[in-house]
Amino acid sequence: MNIEHLSQTLLTHSPALIVAVPLLGAFLTPLISRINDKLRNVFVILTAGLTGFLVLLLSHDVLINGKIHTYIFGSQDIGSPVVRILFEVDGMNAFMIIIGAILVFVAVVYSWAFMKENTGLDKYYTLILLMAAGMFGMMLTGDMFNFFVFLEITSISSCALIAFWTNKGKAVEAGFKYIVISTIGALFILFAIAILYGQYNALNMAVLANSIQYTFLDKIAFVLLIAGLAMKAGIVPMHMWLPDAYGRAPASVTLILVGTTQASLYALFRVCFTIYGNSLTAPLKQIGSVTITLNGFLGTFIVMLAIITIIVGVFMALKQSDFKRTIAFAAIAEIGYIFLAVGAGLWAIGTPHGMMALKGGIFHIINDALDVGLLFLVAGAIYYATKETSLNRMGGLARNMKYTTIFFLIGLLAVSGMPPMNGFASKLLIYESIYLINPILAIVAILCSILLLAVFVKVFYSAFLGPKIPRFNDVKEVPKSMLIAMGLIACVIIFFGLFPDLIVNNIVEPAANALANNSNYISQIIGGS
Amino acid sequence: MITWESFLETFETGSGFWNPLIWITAIIVAFLIIYILRGYGKKEYKENTEQTKVFLSGNPEYEKEQMHIKGSNVYWGFTESLKWVYKTLDKMHTGNVSDYILWFVIIMGILFILVGVI
Repeated sequence: MNIEHLSQTLLTHSPALIVAVPLLGAFLTPLISRINDKLRNVFVILTAGLTGFLVLLLSHDVLINGKIHTYIFGSQDIGSPVVRILFEVDGMNAFMIIIGAILVFVAVVYSWAFMKENTGLDKYYTLILLMAAGMFGMMLTGDMFNFFVFLEITSISSCALIAFWTNKGKAVEAGFKYIVISTIGALFILFAIAILYGQYNALNMAVLANSIQYTFLDKIAFVLLIAGLAMKAGIVPMHMWLPDAYGRAPASVTLILVGTTQASLYALFRVCFTIYGNSLTAPLKQIGSVTITLNGFLGTFIVMLAIITIIVGVFMALKQSDFKRTIAFAAIAEIGYIFLAVGAGLWAIGTPHGMMALKGGIFHIINDALDVGLLFLVAGAIYYATKETSLNRMGGLARNMKYTTIFFLIGLLAVSGMPPMNGFASKLLIYESIYLINPILAIVAILCSILLLAVFVKVFYSAFLGPKIPRFNDVKEVPKSMLIAMGLIACVIIFFGLFPDLIVNNIVEPAANALANNSNYISQIIGGS
Repeated sequence: MITWESFLETFETGSGFWNPLIWITAIIVAFLIIYILRGYGKKEYKENTEQTKVFLSGNPEYEKEQMHIKGSNVYWGFTESLKWVYKTLDKMHTGNVSDYILWFVIIMGILFILVGVI
């Protein structure tokens, strides 16, 4: 078998392998753990690396060559009534799995030293890989019920990992809250799927997108899906679980949690723009000669919710004294920016401004995951070195932890949208598109971004600057594996910041086009042009 | 296909443009100018003399840990003047999981009204 044939076979089966490799890895981890701890760590890193390689292979084909990959589990006959699951990978799916692959790989490299002192690491790594498999499944599947299954896999493994430090009562409480919220959100999503299945006898997203008539029941399913996914994504006022979960989980787990939150956001995009894409311009009300359409109404509501999310996130972050909770509230504000772009994209759907908003929102998804992820890793590094999480008890750490300080500065500048970091380019697109809807909203968004900078300047001052505190005299820089993990994310942030045009043209635009034109996604399954 | 030229292209946003490489060049030039100007300054700094000792209006110097302004005291003025906002926000964040679900139900209700189900 030559290399070309092997790579072609890998490419053909890559949608299934991206889920299967971490899933198989999860089941093998406890067995390998019995042989040797180091071997287990190497095995987990190799599993994450292999998954990342498959993601690169598939994404390259989808994003650069413009192909849509369809992978069928079960009967190949489209008219057959047998159970069949379909993975469908277009530009948006490919974009999302890139984020997932980066986060999972960095998380397992970081875990090597960060979790070294803990017991039960066979369970930890099993759950990490299970969570990764669930997250990739959510991002790749083209089947609604299958999406629900992967959502549940992710939720259960996330809950166990949030509560991993069971000796800390608050971690267990955060895990409990997370599972309650996730289960209720997932139940409503399942209810919506049942409604759609009852009406159209289909679970496939493309088939549903082609069939939806926007009936009374479809409207109910739409609301249940939006509300359930928005809660999983952490939109205000349904965000309260997020600081608890992000704040209490080990930093490496929080990094993948950011990815699972993004997967819920992706599903929200999919529901709005692909499944209900044909109904978005449906008239809702007629007032005089003015017709109010669904996209206008929903777009305005989402923009309002996004602005509230940004304001609440930033204001709450400003008053926190716990390192990780501060970043968690800032992460909520960042999700608000993505939601702002979704609202603007819906509001101006089909126009160049709508497309610009979509590009901004999609670009900000990856930037948010990287920037917030790096900050969480820095928070974890400080906890590792000092065993402190309260900003009130920190200070002068820049003297002892030079590299960590540099990584925090990179994260700080990126998350606040400071040029030349990656956050600036995506926020610029969002500001411009929202300015066209209402300039005041753009001003509020810019002011909140400045406040976000103020939040992290406070964190930087409290933790890294100030006089040398005698208690931290013996504090040393964190081990190499943690530095490498933070360095990897920092390099990607700088690369994305320096070449935004390259990233937008090659990764973001295909994803935005995939969302804006749902006809390609539908025709791949249903047939036609 | 990604070419070397594509790395240097300016990012067009629709109404504006952004090129980080030009921005970085401008920043480097600005720093160089500042560095040159700095060279013209007087060199009066002498290490380990009275000049470098801490002076707090004649008061004794506190312990290092007491000298550092704690995280929750930074922006005290901001949070104090917006106390009314924070009171409302604190009321929202009860930490009670039943309240989390209540907010979910409220948002779902609003969405039902907006979409036209109710």
